[in-house]
Amino acid sequence: MLPTPSTSHVCFDRVYEPAEDSYLLLDTLSSPSETSFLQDRFKHANSSPPLVLEVGVGSGVVLAFVAANTQSIFGRQDTLTLGTDINSFACRAASQTVRDAIKERENGRSVFLDVVNGDLGSAIRPHSIDVFIFNPPYVPAELPDLSRHEYYNTIAEGKKATSFQQDSYLLQLSYAGGEDGMVVTNRMLEQVPEILSDERGVAYVLLCAQNKPEVVKARIRDWGSGWNAETVGSSGNKAGWEKLVIVRIWKSAD
Amino acid sequence: MKLLTLNFLTCAIKTCKTNPASFPLHPRDAELEIQEADLNLTFLKNILPRLMWEELRVISSELGLPELPATPPAPADLVEPSNTPLDTAEVTLAEGGAEAQEVEETPSQTAKDLHRILLETCIQEGKLVCGSCGHEYAVKEGVANFLLPGHLV
Ligand SMILES: C[S@@+](CC[C@H](N)C(=O)[O-])C[C@H]1O[C@@H](n2cnc3c(N)ncnc32)[C@H](O)[C@@H]1O
Ligand SMILES: [Zn+2]
Repeated sequence: MLPTPSTSHVCFDRVYEPAEDSYLLLDTLSSPSETSFLQDRFKHANSSPPLVLEVGVGSGVVLAFVAANTQSIFGRQDTLTLGTDINSFACRAASQTVRDAIKERENGRSVFLDVVNGDLGSAIRPHSIDVFIFNPPYVPAELPDLSRHEYYNTIAEGKKATSFQQDSYLLQLSYAGGEDGMVVTNRMLEQVPEILSDERGVAYVLLCAQNKPEVVKARIRDWGSGWNAETVGSSGNKAGWEKLVIVRIWKSAD
Repeated sequence: MKLLTLNFLTCAIKTCKTNPASFPLHPRDAELEIQEADLNLTFLKNILPRLMWEELRVISSELGLPELPATPPAPADLVEPSNTPLDTAEVTLAEGGAEAQEVEETPSQTAKDLHRILLETCIQEGKLVCGSCGHEYAVKEGVANFLLPGHLV
């Protein structure tokens, strides 16, 4: 088992606390089948360093795990890591989580870029991402009112701390996914073919049972020839129903 | 925010993506800070082909940094030519030819300069401006904000 990065400095009143979904991503990315898939894809030691992007980093636990264990996951030590989150408090917290996790390791660590405050992958240069990771707000619950976002995204002038409404808004952003819990994920999936690198790109997206993973996978396969979508990790198996699944999305050479 | 990050970002406005002028974003009124980081020589060698060198030169001259050479360095320029092949052979023999012992390479001044530009020179405060639409993205306490006012999304 690879160590889980420390998030003890993060205030979980306004940043998503690592939970079963986060840990399922860690377990899946470090599972023998995924590490062998990734090492095979990125094995050429002199090829350009793989760029890993996590959207919605939250506490940063997933990106920090990848950054600190790049040797075990990718079989190389020159991986680049980049994150985004809509919540500016999460961006700062996650940067620290990644930096600390990298510092703790003697070797096998990656080169950390930054965490930028943005909407999904909207500011990412087209076709630049080799590995994309997303644990979305997936709960079927009403989306928060984004018209207040700018105001809630920083500590109000003259104040020392966030307000209670602000914290609940920011936490709502971290789990509420609108109809079928798929509104944010669908917007993200639309961007995936644009940001993934044409030759090497691969995406890992977490879904819950209410998101109808089989329907989502079928839709991805309809993106066009070469596109694949497979379940590569799952948890909470009850009577043949997995509560959470990780779907790997990639394009095979045709 | 590190300068290398700018190699992977562009304007967040959809209609700008197809306009080459939206890349790179141009720093304005930037306050820079040096944040030291470990130098990873393998990384530097491998990232070279991925760097948009011309754009990086533009950014660094806009920031008033020392001018970058017209063409990117070659991987060999990043290594100090100190380990002669003879030394290497002796080391391997002395260790009984165990695992192909990786020769400890020393980063050259070129490597150190490149590392400083890409990974240690950080924009702490300022703006990033799109060359296509003129939109300004703020950088505060090292974090760039690419969120757009509702009507632009
Ligand atoms: C379920 S949490 C996952 C956090 C972390 N990656 C983990 O696994 O523990 C979802 C994250 O997505 C972020 N998020 C929600 N909507 C977003 C958007 N439109 N763009 C970027 N990030 C978003 C939330 O702020 C939150 O941090
Ligand atoms: Zn623009």
